[in-house]
Amino acid sequence: MENKNNVQNINIIGAGLAGLSAAITLAEHNIPSNLFSLQPSERAQSVLAEGGINGALNTMGEEDAPQYHREDTLRAGVYLADEEAVRGLTEEAPQIIRDLERLGVAFNTQNNEILLRNFGGQKKKRTAYARSSTGKIIMTALIDEARRYEARGLITRYPHHELVSLLLAGESEKICCGVLMRNTYTTRLRGFAGPVILAIGGMNGVFPELTTGTTSNSGDALAQMFAQGVRLGNLEMIQYHPTTIGISGKRCLVTEAARGEGGRLYVMRNGERWYFMEEKYPELKNLMPRDVVSREMYFVRQDPACGDQVYLDLTGLAEEVWRKRLPDLRAELLHYLSLDPKTDPIPVEPGIHYFMGGIDVDREHRTNIAHLYAAGECCDQYHGANRLGGNSMLGAIYGGRVAARTVAASIPELAGDQLQELFCNADLHEEIRNQYAQEASPQIILEIRDILVPAMAIVRSEQSLKSAEEKLARLLEREGLHEREKHRIYLAQAMVASAMFRRESRGAHYREDYPQRDDQFCGLTQAELTQGTDIHMQITCRSGSRQIRETS
Amino acid sequence: MKLEIKICRRKSMFLQEYWQSILFETEEENATVAHALRQINQTKGIVDTDGKEVELPIRFDCSCLQKKCGACAMVINGRPRLACDAALKEFVKKGQVRLEPLRKFPVVADLIVDRSILFENLKIMQTWVSGSAKVPEKHSDEAYEASRCLQCGCCLEVCPNFYAGGSFFGTAAFVPTARLLSSLPVEEQQAIRAQYKAHVYAGCGKSLACRDVCPAGIDVDHLLSSSNGIAVWRHHG
Repeated sequence: MENKNNVQNINIIGAGLAGLSAAITLAEHNIPSNLFSLQPSERAQSVLAEGGINGALNTMGEEDAPQYHREDTLRAGVYLADEEAVRGLTEEAPQIIRDLERLGVAFNTQNNEILLRNFGGQKKKRTAYARSSTGKIIMTALIDEARRYEARGLITRYPHHELVSLLLAGESEKICCGVLMRNTYTTRLRGFAGPVILAIGGMNGVFPELTTGTTSNSGDALAQMFAQGVRLGNLEMIQYHPTTIGISGKRCLVTEAARGEGGRLYVMRNGERWYFMEEKYPELKNLMPRDVVSREMYFVRQDPACGDQVYLDLTGLAEEVWRKRLPDLRAELLHYLSLDPKTDPIPVEPGIHYFMGGIDVDREHRTNIAHLYAAGECCDQYHGANRLGGNSMLGAIYGGRVAARTVAASIPELAGDQLQELFCNADLHEEIRNQYAQEASPQIILEIRDILVPAMAIVRSEQSLKSAEEKLARLLEREGLHEREKHRIYLAQAMVASAMFRRESRGAHYREDYPQRDDQFCGLTQAELTQGTDIHMQITCRSGSRQIRETS
Repeated sequence: MKLEIKICRRKSMFLQEYWQSILFETEEENATVAHALRQINQTKGIVDTDGKEVELPIRFDCSCLQKKCGACAMVINGRPRLACDAALKEFVKKGQVRLEPLRKFPVVADLIVDRSILFENLKIMQTWVSGSAKVPEKHSDEAYEASRCLQCGCCLEVCPNFYAGGSFFGTAAFVPTARLLSSLPVEEQQAIRAQYKAHVYAGCGKSLACRDVCPAGIDVDHLLSSSNGIAVWRHHG
């Protein structure tokens, strides 16, 4: 083990949009950071984002304003998101897009003004875009911006580094004094002192091959955080994107922009095309929020009069749209399905795309552990029970900024060398140092996934959740499991427990045994591993005022 | 579908490389090289064609699985490609596919190489914005195209002029630079123009071998001519 040093830097885990945004914001405050990631930023999941980023720029003559963006975000999230946090997000959104424009993001423009497109769940055109590769184009600009600070020594990139463990001090009130990282090239462990910002992405690794995310995200980091006492929230809120296609080893997204530009969903019913979304939702039609669309797709497929396959009809889109707004999507569909969306309907299915829940943070992005923060998809802020398309990149950039500002504001209170001292005294247990070498076995990972899939599906029930609960309990009793595997099981148990606790239907969480919304559950389900490695779970529900209302 | 996957393996950068062949069978019609490697890595006790147990995992970088991140670049049957873009059915007729690490970079283990030189070179190129780089509408196509570079390194693998540590930085450096040359105001281009001339223009032999291997299909010719125009001949369009 190398010497413990680097006390002066803030440690950011994850180099996607949220991590980059936090690093850049810290650098703007003249605060140096270490930016750790398994892969360099160029390979982060953020580069896969396609359709765009929301902000009430009001460039389309629709009298848009941040308050309408806020209202749409809260409504789509079925009033589970913190209104004040969403206010901050939506008010800063236009400036964030202008900042990106200044950094050279090639947004689609007309007469030198940013064009906005329609996206699901929003009544006004509000989504800025760079054709259909917005995430990649934004990431390129932010990586260049981070490079500027890297050259000045304010950002140090540590690619091929894996999070092993937080270094915690304190008994009843835990303090994060640093982080233990493993260099995956050399396999060496190294401790880094200082506050930690987690930007580790969603829980894709819990569902390998079944999500639109990357393989880099194993889910181990979040499982480790949970095992170390980090509180999680809203784990039951999993977004199924309505339009994905199966490709080798994963689900591939067909951007919501395809429907924003005029794409229509249909199913065959009695030998005829039934454009069910248009009939059922005459106002927003195919652009209802994602939870609604995915659920409707599920229901029409259950209807004996309907075929089992839902299609996305893009044949009515103008040539200009394919050339200037969705060129990459057409190339992708030709490549993977040998179908030309100009002439062929595209068979689509809902697929796991985003996790609204995750590490529980307050409005300033603090976790329940002092000097530990979280931002981006890994945290539970902004999106409530269902995320609006176009709000993920916004939430990641804004969340990274807020977390960094909170860290910057807390620097005076770090009391000199206090963290360094705690760091030097941190107990690096033998088992923690050993566990890094133990990858969770692929068989266990798949077993956990296959238990969770029916339980955490688009439509859930007490019966399916109970069955998963029992299977996970049995799995945990299996002999020979090592720590990483146990931690994955704890995380899976917390997901199931959260879904069982919420005995109502809201947003992405639909219970066929409780199909109505019930506002006694209008709050956050929280999960915390309270007694070391015992599976003692505490699930609480709290209201927007953040009062604990119920425990089970 | 059944074929032999022959892999150049190396436990670490300090050990000798060796070849190992594995018979791989799949029902999945669109399976890729990346898929095969992931499946093999999940098959405990798998043996090679000599009957010897394969030491797992076979290490390779892998992230998006859909040609958008550049992680899984390797040499596949002699050509640098992304493993997630190499369909096994292409190789079935031959019955074999050979996988090697990219050879222009230091090998870390198996098919993983250390591509940090790419990012170090971009630091020297000073590819960043100091003031404002709002993209002029007439250059929007170039800025977009240049933003798509994956930094995978395939272009450098086939470049006759690039070697790691040399003064010519190759296409992986000039494409990101082209983004800025198309966006930065003329008065802010001085530093980047100088770097471009020293590390791109001066060393490029114009073989354009890079053009044919770019997994993102970036229009390298066009970006090169427009960047030369701006950085060397001072055409600002």
